[in-house]
Amino acid sequence: MLQGFFQIVLFMVILVAIAPLFGRYMAIVFLGQKTWLDPVITPIERLILNGSGVLSAKSMTGRQYIQAVLISNLMMMVFVLAIFLLQNRLPLNPTELNAPSWDLALHTVISFTTNTDQQHYSGETTYSYFSQMGGLGFLMFTSAATGIAVAIAFIRGLTGKPLGNFYTDLIVSITRILLPISIVGAIALLIAGVPETLAGPAQITTLEGANQTIALGPVAHFEIIKQLGENGGGFFGINSAHPFENPNNFTNLLETIIMLVIPAGLIITYGILADNPKQGWLIFWMVFILYAILIFITAWGEFQGNPLVNNILGESQPNLEGKEVRFGPALTALWAVSTTGTMCGAVNGMHDSLMPTGGFATLSNLFLQIIWGGQGTGTAYLFVFLILTIFLTGLMVGRTPEFLGRKIEKREIVLASIILLVHPIAILIPAAIALAFPETLSGISNPGFHGISQVVYEYASAAANNGSGFEGLLDNTLWWNLSASFSLLAGRYIPIMALIFLADSVARKQPVPETTGTLRTDTPLFTTVTAGAIVILGALTFLPVLALGPVAEAFNLIPTL
Amino acid sequence: MMQTTPKPTREKRRHTPKADLSNLYQRAFREAFLKLDPRIMIKNPIMFVVLVGTMITALLTVNPALFGSYEGGNSYLFNGLVTLILLFTLLFANFAEAVAEGRGKAQADALRSTKSDSIARRILNDGSLENVNSTNLRRGDRIQVIAGDMIPADGEVLEGVASVDESAITGESAPVLKEPGSDVASSVTGGTRIISDELIIQITSDPGQGFIDRMIALVEGAQRSKTPNEIALTVLLAVLTLVFLIVVATLPPIANYINSPVSITILVALLVALIPTTIGGLLSAIGIAGMDRVAQFNVVATSGRAVEACGDINTLVLDKTGTITLGNRLAEEFIPVNGHTAEEVAAIALAASIFDNTPEGKSIVRLAEKMGATLSFNPETAEGVEFSARTRMSGTDLSNGGEIRKGAVDAIRGFVRSRGGQPPNDLQSAYEGVSQMGGTPLAVCEDREIYGVIYLKDIIKTGIRERFDQLRRMGVRTVMLTGDNRITAAVIAKEAGVDDFIAEATPEDKIQVIQSEQAQGKLVAMTGDGTNDAPALAQANVGVAMNSGTQAAKEAANMVDLDSDPTKLIDLVTIGKQLLITRGALTTFSLANDIAKYFAIIPAMFASAGIGDLNVMGLQSPQSAVLSALIYNALIIPALIPLALKGVKFRPLTANQLLQRNILIYGLGGVIAPFIAIKVIDVALLFIGLA
Repeated sequence: MLQGFFQIVLFMVILVAIAPLFGRYMAIVFLGQKTWLDPVITPIERLILNGSGVLSAKSMTGRQYIQAVLISNLMMMVFVLAIFLLQNRLPLNPTELNAPSWDLALHTVISFTTNTDQQHYSGETTYSYFSQMGGLGFLMFTSAATGIAVAIAFIRGLTGKPLGNFYTDLIVSITRILLPISIVGAIALLIAGVPETLAGPAQITTLEGANQTIALGPVAHFEIIKQLGENGGGFFGINSAHPFENPNNFTNLLETIIMLVIPAGLIITYGILADNPKQGWLIFWMVFILYAILIFITAWGEFQGNPLVNNILGESQPNLEGKEVRFGPALTALWAVSTTGTMCGAVNGMHDSLMPTGGFATLSNLFLQIIWGGQGTGTAYLFVFLILTIFLTGLMVGRTPEFLGRKIEKREIVLASIILLVHPIAILIPAAIALAFPETLSGISNPGFHGISQVVYEYASAAANNGSGFEGLLDNTLWWNLSASFSLLAGRYIPIMALIFLADSVARKQPVPETTGTLRTDTPLFTTVTAGAIVILGALTFLPVLALGPVAEAFNLIPTL
Repeated sequence: MMQTTPKPTREKRRHTPKADLSNLYQRAFREAFLKLDPRIMIKNPIMFVVLVGTMITALLTVNPALFGSYEGGNSYLFNGLVTLILLFTLLFANFAEAVAEGRGKAQADALRSTKSDSIARRILNDGSLENVNSTNLRRGDRIQVIAGDMIPADGEVLEGVASVDESAITGESAPVLKEPGSDVASSVTGGTRIISDELIIQITSDPGQGFIDRMIALVEGAQRSKTPNEIALTVLLAVLTLVFLIVVATLPPIANYINSPVSITILVALLVALIPTTIGGLLSAIGIAGMDRVAQFNVVATSGRAVEACGDINTLVLDKTGTITLGNRLAEEFIPVNGHTAEEVAAIALAASIFDNTPEGKSIVRLAEKMGATLSFNPETAEGVEFSARTRMSGTDLSNGGEIRKGAVDAIRGFVRSRGGQPPNDLQSAYEGVSQMGGTPLAVCEDREIYGVIYLKDIIKTGIRERFDQLRRMGVRTVMLTGDNRITAAVIAKEAGVDDFIAEATPEDKIQVIQSEQAQGKLVAMTGDGTNDAPALAQANVGVAMNSGTQAAKEAANMVDLDSDPTKLIDLVTIGKQLLITRGALTTFSLANDIAKYFAIIPAMFASAGIGDLNVMGLQSPQSAVLSALIYNALIIPALIPLALKGVKFRPLTANQLLQRNILIYGLGGVIAPFIAIKVIDVALLFIGLA
């Protein structure tokens, strides 16, 4: 347990040291300042931008920006859907896989375009190398870049600048952020033992003389963008628990840290772009503390172990069910909280097997979506909560609320409220329907409270664009594919539209000068109040579900608690 | 000319005219029931949800098995109790609104009583008179009123001099002199009574648009349009209600899945407990009470928006005279220049001021006479020269062609030069000497010879410095406008503690100051009374006209101060802020309450799910837990009515100090208070055997 504690603390230290570097780098990129990568990247960018004819494109209005996001994402979906449905006629299909069913293909495409990567399949038995690399790999870059572009446009709007051009931001996010880091990271993974090959599965005769087929593939490059872009869609069915995706403690550390750096760094980027680094740091620490609390809850639960098992054993053992022994309870808990908090969704152990405290922490992460949050969008959600807090506290000091010198009025509140509404609609309603018809629809493998967690988790994961699964759910059915697609789309595009309109509306306002009557938002007091508002507005909604899911499970499991 | 009517003793005026507040509560009680009409309730989405919930539980009281049966105790009694509590929640909310409205209505009725229809004498084009009903008067009509008449509508005096009793609207019992031409005295207000002589008046407002009509509409709150902040808050509350509606509506299938079905009554109870009924029930009362507070300060606001804008003001533009200093500057000393004696200056000053009826002019005459000065000419043969903002001097033209003038020092300098004279060298030092004492120097001259300077002493109002300090702490910058020279202005500004000043200001400067502040995104408030203030009043975000001011000024302003007290703007800033704070504080309180309510109802709701340990309050039984939470939810509304009507006390602190204070009281307090209260109610229920 002590070792686990040190592993977690060491990790936290690395995170706090590294994330600001990424944040500063991203600020430099989006401020258009020089970097030492320019000589290499600028010619490539010029080629892409000239070729596509968007280099000269001017800053977009909110409406244009949203149109650009929706149309480009739709085109990508159609393109990748075509690859999937034609994969049996396309190259790089060593295991001669057939085309998946239309509803699974549709769900997969939507899931990867929305940066969710919820998988109702196992990669090695469903999609060809070409589908994985050309289809899913492509979407992993573009969906992550879409998120970053939206976040940057949102921050620009809040700080009163023009939103910028979506295509330029999309391409720059890829060429200057995602691609360089991915190349370095993929090489590191390769060195650490992750395979990268186009050859088919290896046929092996085991020591006992049995024949075994071991799936291989172009994993290393796929793996790094999966983590960096907070995509989370594993090459193999069991994701980063698979020894070829995440073979050892080094790769585990790299993969955990790399999924946090962009969302954590973007908060610092905000501080720089808004010319208020102090506020950036305050928000960073607020999220950090919430993150640390959830890790503590989860790790504590795992180290306590399952009382039912421990009673039988007559000793106190941590819960190792569904865990890779090479990572142990601490690193699995750390990963579980990080992956659900960042909307990455990759797993290095089964969340289904976490103790109820872990279920509580991971579900809370999905409901809140801001404990680092999704690629770009998580930072934007943070500001939605900030705006709602400013509205209430602004009234409490007797002024029309202002944020960064701009008034928060009806339009902003309407747009922020829409974002509050998305989750209840996209999670609770389909979950209630699924649970109302358990025989026909749900495919739940565990009855009782745990079953509720499974179903709610599935939709929460889809709506939050996380993609991790509680697993155990028999989810490759028409109902699950389509209903989860609904949650995926609602959870992705409704908030993006609201965010961009909100930023656009704020950007057009006349700035108000700051006086002593203005409520400062870069104080510890205000940040604490924001944390309170996040808990009340974001989590209270889901308290009944949490009470009936993990909380009830915990009380029933540990009668003495 | 003026009738000597016995004057009632003046008292501190607040609520004038006196509103009839008897039966306020009885009437509000009746109103509370009438407002249960769903067509009225639907305007408040939060309380409408409660109404629908009440109807459902009422049906379940009659037939508990209406939506399927649930095991459990006496569901007739339980459903009945829940229905009753919900009904009371609605009644309490309606009562809060009715009390606020009742106060406004009482005041409106009092005002309306001054506005009975009367017959007015309209002057036709050929000069003949025609009797018309006062409601048929239109803007531009000319009418004649004679002593004893009620003035039927707002207007401008064209002819005549008369005294008018304006006590109906101002509470000021002393009659006011009305005459044409003068900025201040030429406007009359509908509903006031002429008590001597007669006037010819040009009507300036159409029926229903007048001053009193606006005031009635506002205090009644009938057509109260919601302010932008109120709309934004309503949206947020409606969305939260919708969120909780989804939460509760999706619970039954989830609960059924684990074989822990929930009765509809408890679902309704959970929903009502979670949606922000506290703020929902009090929101309109807060708004109406805010308007009422403005009226109690004897200010007529044209819209709630203007009142809220007061809280957002960044810059206050204030006239020095009458606002920062007492209106009447008094002559203190005569300072001779160019070898003249003080006595000579006094004689010239007396000659220059003999036609000057302003308090300053009279004080000069008094001081000169005290020094033994006498007039060297017969006033009957001389002619007064009125002061104007352009020439900035006044004086007397003698029959022998002599021109005696007094006025701003540089104006007199210019005058002397234009007559071929040369201003003496020691004029500047006399001028600076007076200025540095914070006084106003007025130069006096006869033709081309300057005799000296009159030292007019300015007296800064007591307590004004503290008020400016308060404003500064609230983040409001004060800018003083004055016709005084730079040095005087700087001295007064420093003494009074204003942040900035504009000296030698012309009326055009006023509008420029406002525009330049607004260009920086600031909200500007100002007061004014003259016709030449009208454009600036219209330009300002909050323009407060003095009731003693001209009709043009009043129409351009969005508020009129019936007491004509320019410092009242400071009170208005406080009222505006208080309105927002009260809304914000009660919303925060209402939302923070949800935590305790969850902890009361959720364990009770899923008692069979084994989450009894969540019952941190140790409530007696599921039934008592639900009832306690609901009773708390209902009782908190009447408990907060006084706060809603009075408003959260505003302290002149910085925004961060205010937040700290209010978040502790209403945020943290809102989390803790219900835990205690619900437990107390639970114990009480046990005591009376309902647990």
